[in-house]
Amino acid sequence: MNEYQQNGKLSHYWRLFRSPSAQYSLGALLSIGFVAGIIFWGGFNTAMELSNTETFCISCHEMEENVYKEYQDTIHYNNRSGVRAVCSDCHVPKDWTHKLVRKIRATNELFHKVLGTIDTPEKFEAKRLQMAQHVWKTMKETDSRECRNCHDYQSMDYTEQKKRSVQQHIQGFDAGQTCIDCHKGIAHSLPSMVEIDPSAVFQ
Amino acid sequence: MINKMKIILMLCLSPAIALTEPVYSLRGKASLYNESKTPEIKRLQNDSGPVPRAYVQQPPLIPHSTKGYVVNKKFNKCLTCHSWANAAESGATKISLTHFSDREGRDLSNVSARRYFCNQCHVPQMDAKPLVENTFQPIDVLQAP
Ligand code: HEC
Ligand code: HEC
Ligand code: HEC
Repeated sequence: MNEYQQNGKLSHYWRLFRSPSAQYSLGALLSIGFVAGIIFWGGFNTAMELSNTETFCISCHEMEENVYKEYQDTIHYNNRSGVRAVCSDCHVPKDWTHKLVRKIRATNELFHKVLGTIDTPEKFEAKRLQMAQHVWKTMKETDSRECRNCHDYQSMDYTEQKKRSVQQHIQGFDAGQTCIDCHKGIAHSLPSMVEIDPSAVFQ
Repeated sequence: MINKMKIILMLCLSPAIALTEPVYSLRGKASLYNESKTPEIKRLQNDSGPVPRAYVQQPPLIPHSTKGYVVNKKFNKCLTCHSWANAAESGATKISLTHFSDREGRDLSNVSARRYFCNQCHVPQMDAKPLVENTFQPIDVLQAP
């Protein structure tokens, strides 16, 4: 097949694509489009949901060997109520638009997975501060939206909380602070905090 | 002579005396075929104000839970409230000046290595009864008149 013939074939399909159908009724075409739409949309959302599962997150050894192990020792993995917060509860927004934006950003993470940027515990540790700061910045910007999906400070019963919690929460919320300002390291080991609070680090 | 006889007699009998009191394993008196009683789970005491000391040199007790608190080289959860920089805002007791000198007595600008790992000296309290009776009384200088 030479170039001319190929072009001819292409323009033939293009014409077919553009010209109104003489064979099928508008109704049939719309129905096919509708069903295809559902399948595509459903598949798309299923894929997004699949990539939200814990199994998916820890299918990377980078996650499994570092942050996942650390998280297993924390309140969000095991607690008296038996309600677990999984990776995506804290790291992926719930509403559709923000979720899509987060998933597109995640392609950068896939890129670094291929590059092997954090493929050993040492490399992970070396990058941890940068990664943590990224999460802190996002949470600060969204007023810790993902935490508030589960914890609502307006529903907090201060008579049930510990003395220290009550005092800090009232004071903190009045001063416009958000969860992540005080609850850093809630699910993972922290990086060296020397830049954030030198008085709480061994020097 | 009588005394010597007595001692010999006792030495001969002592295994018998010992045998009347059987030896128990660490498992206690429960037989192998019965399950021993599971000890009750002890709970951490609720938040309170500072706990009175028994003697002046005593490292103060921690009057709250420290569950999930991490102390390692990179981060010290306790100091995020108890360091001199954070104590005022958090309302926590600040660490003592003794924590800023090394074992040669030289003054340091930050917490000394020998004071950094808080739980070596400071511990929270459980709601457990003491295992043995204790009649210890704080010295009078620590008791209110
Ligand atoms: C999926 C829902 C969910 C999300 C998202 C979530 N949490 Fe939680 N959180 C829980 C549950 C459940 C508990 C345990 C409640 C219990 O039984 O005491 C908990 C407990 C806590 C505690 C109490 C710790 C303790 O030792 O008592 C803190 C602090 C906390 N969460 C902070 C956060 C912060 C900060 C975020 C955001 C980064 C967050 N949570 C996100 C569900 C969630
Ligand atoms: C000003 C600092 C500050 C802010 C802001 C803050 N917290 Fe806390 N929170 C604390 C402290 C301090 C404690 C007590 C921690 C402990 O026991 O180790 C606490 C305890 C808690 C607890 C356990 C309560 C109890 O007594 O059982 C939960 C749950 C919690 N925080 C959730 C949140 C969430 C969700 C947000 C954001 C909406 C938030 N906190 C914002 C300082 C803060
Ligand atoms: C309760 C909320 C919560 C859950 C659940 C959670 N994370 Fe995180 N994650 C955070 C916060 C907050 C940070 C920011 C760093 C910090 O404060 O420790 C973070 C940071 C990270 C980082 C950056 C590296 C670092 O240590 O700072 C990675 C990677 C990560 N999380 C992956 C995961 C994975 C994988 C899971 C599931 C196994 C998970 N997270 C579950 C809240 C959570």
